[in-house]
Amino acid sequence: MSNAQISLTLEPAADTRRPMALTPGEDFRGYLASHLGRAVLFLMTFTSVLAVLLILLFVILRSFSFLSGYSLVEFLASRDWRPTAESPVFGSLAIIVGSLYVSFAALLFAVPLGVLAAVFLSDILSWKARNVVKPVVEILAAIPSVAYGFFAVLVLAPWMQKHLGLSTGTNALNASLILAIMALPTIISVAEDSISAIGRELREASYSCGATRMETMIKVIIPAAHSGIIAAVVLGMMRAIGETMVVWMASGNATQIPHPWWDVSQSIRTMTATIAGEMGEAPEDSEHRGALFAIGVLLLILTFSLNIVSEYFLSRAKKATGKT
Amino acid sequence: MPQESDDMQTTADSIRKSNIRTTLAVSNKRTPAAAMTAEACECAVIRSKNFSLYYGSKAGVKNITMDIYPCSVTAIIGPSGCGKSTFLRSINRMNDLIPHVRTEGRLAVDGHDIYDKRTNLVNLRQQVGMVFQKPNPFPKSIFDNVAYGPNLQGVRRKDELQHIVEQSLRGAALWDEVKDDLKKSALALSGGQQQRLCIARALATRPRVLLMDEPCSALDPIATGRIEDLMGQLQSTYTIVIVTHNMQQAARVSERAAFFCLGELIEYDHTSKIFSNPGKKETEDYVTGRFG
Repeated sequence: MSNAQISLTLEPAADTRRPMALTPGEDFRGYLASHLGRAVLFLMTFTSVLAVLLILLFVILRSFSFLSGYSLVEFLASRDWRPTAESPVFGSLAIIVGSLYVSFAALLFAVPLGVLAAVFLSDILSWKARNVVKPVVEILAAIPSVAYGFFAVLVLAPWMQKHLGLSTGTNALNASLILAIMALPTIISVAEDSISAIGRELREASYSCGATRMETMIKVIIPAAHSGIIAAVVLGMMRAIGETMVVWMASGNATQIPHPWWDVSQSIRTMTATIAGEMGEAPEDSEHRGALFAIGVLLLILTFSLNIVSEYFLSRAKKATGKT
Repeated sequence: MPQESDDMQTTADSIRKSNIRTTLAVSNKRTPAAAMTAEACECAVIRSKNFSLYYGSKAGVKNITMDIYPCSVTAIIGPSGCGKSTFLRSINRMNDLIPHVRTEGRLAVDGHDIYDKRTNLVNLRQQVGMVFQKPNPFPKSIFDNVAYGPNLQGVRRKDELQHIVEQSLRGAALWDEVKDDLKKSALALSGGQQQRLCIARALATRPRVLLMDEPCSALDPIATGRIEDLMGQLQSTYTIVIVTHNMQQAARVSERAAFFCLGELIEYDHTSKIFSNPGKKETEDYVTGRFG
């Protein structure tokens, strides 16, 4: 009994006690540590937010003179892009369509492949194998895009010319395929996370009703994970639309809308490649440079809205699985 | 031999009573010898003989030999980690989902060894339905939840599904509460309602056996009372096996009770005997609350 009392009563060590009030007068060190820490963290967070805001402001400002002087309708609706002609024309329709074209074509390859791979990783592969394969898939995202570009130009393009009999190997198909490979790790990773997050309860419920593994996947798991899968697709799309180097190298950079629209063997040009390719040649304060910045604004609007969409679906996916 | 014909009569009765709609393919080819043993044990639906299950090298349950009888509630009680749930989940092979599971001995449902390689898991699980500890409705409408099993069985006609859904929900004593909003998401129901929905979902596949793995542990006393009443009604049609931590519950709902400890079956008898006059010291210690 007395032993228990001794062990339970712990004398407070007087010399280490510090005042309860956190004020500079009472406890200067504590006050400083607490407030300084806050200030430093706040500053760091604020810097990145500020950077985003400044970039936005800068791009909008630099495009302002162009957008106020040039017909907005012609900028958006004309497919003629002749920035260096005698009387320059800045119609970006073909370029906008080009960006969307390769992105959607890339998704056409990447989504079925990515979702099936996610299903395979989460439900068919053993846990051990999954822990090896998933990081390897994610490494795909770490390969620099210029390396993909080299592959597109030096391997895929000649192969297409030789085996598919195309006049040029750098075309919409080439760019889409490479973009698909680049979007895959994002799609697989996010989709796999959301499929795994569904948990054992629903799977067991489905099996106990006499469902096979495929029925469980198609009728229960994928519908339950659909928010996360949509988010994965949108994130993959963002990756594809924002990608520059690969499309610059692989797409052929011809300012045209493919005709007929499904002819992927034609060259194409994207918004990102146009900005990257022409920014160096467009004189400072010229209309040309303003037009490039205006394309930049469009690109920002596009990726920001995709970002918002993906955030929305990711938060819905989190709510659906009850995990935050 | 009047004695034998009496026995035959009893067997036929109990089969009729157990409301068999379908039987496992193999059970149709019963040899006379098998029929004899079946009679001898009042036609047990589930027969476990020296059944063991290992997770890797660790034993989940060891050497379980017990017969579970139709149209009654059998409770499995015992301290945590004693293999109650493992045994229950063995009966519809739910443990298959866990890697490195290995079994020994024989576990038969309707005379068919379910750990036979040729067992059709889909058929088995349609006959042996399950209700889990945590209510786990699908994130679908109430109707789609209950229609899930029949749908998998190929029932496509709307009116037929409608009928099955209504019967199942009535069977689970949920119909009156949800009949006006069958299209509502199942996740909008309360916990107790969700659990009854899960029971309805299990009933909709028309099983013979209903396994319940601590079905009330996530529910309040009122919802628990409703589920227990429900079990009382269902036992006239179904063979119910329930795992429970709650000894009062076992005493209230079950006809027979099995006491598990450390993966072994210690005692299995009529519930009244287990609780009033147990044959083993461990059982007595457990049911009187001195241990566990």
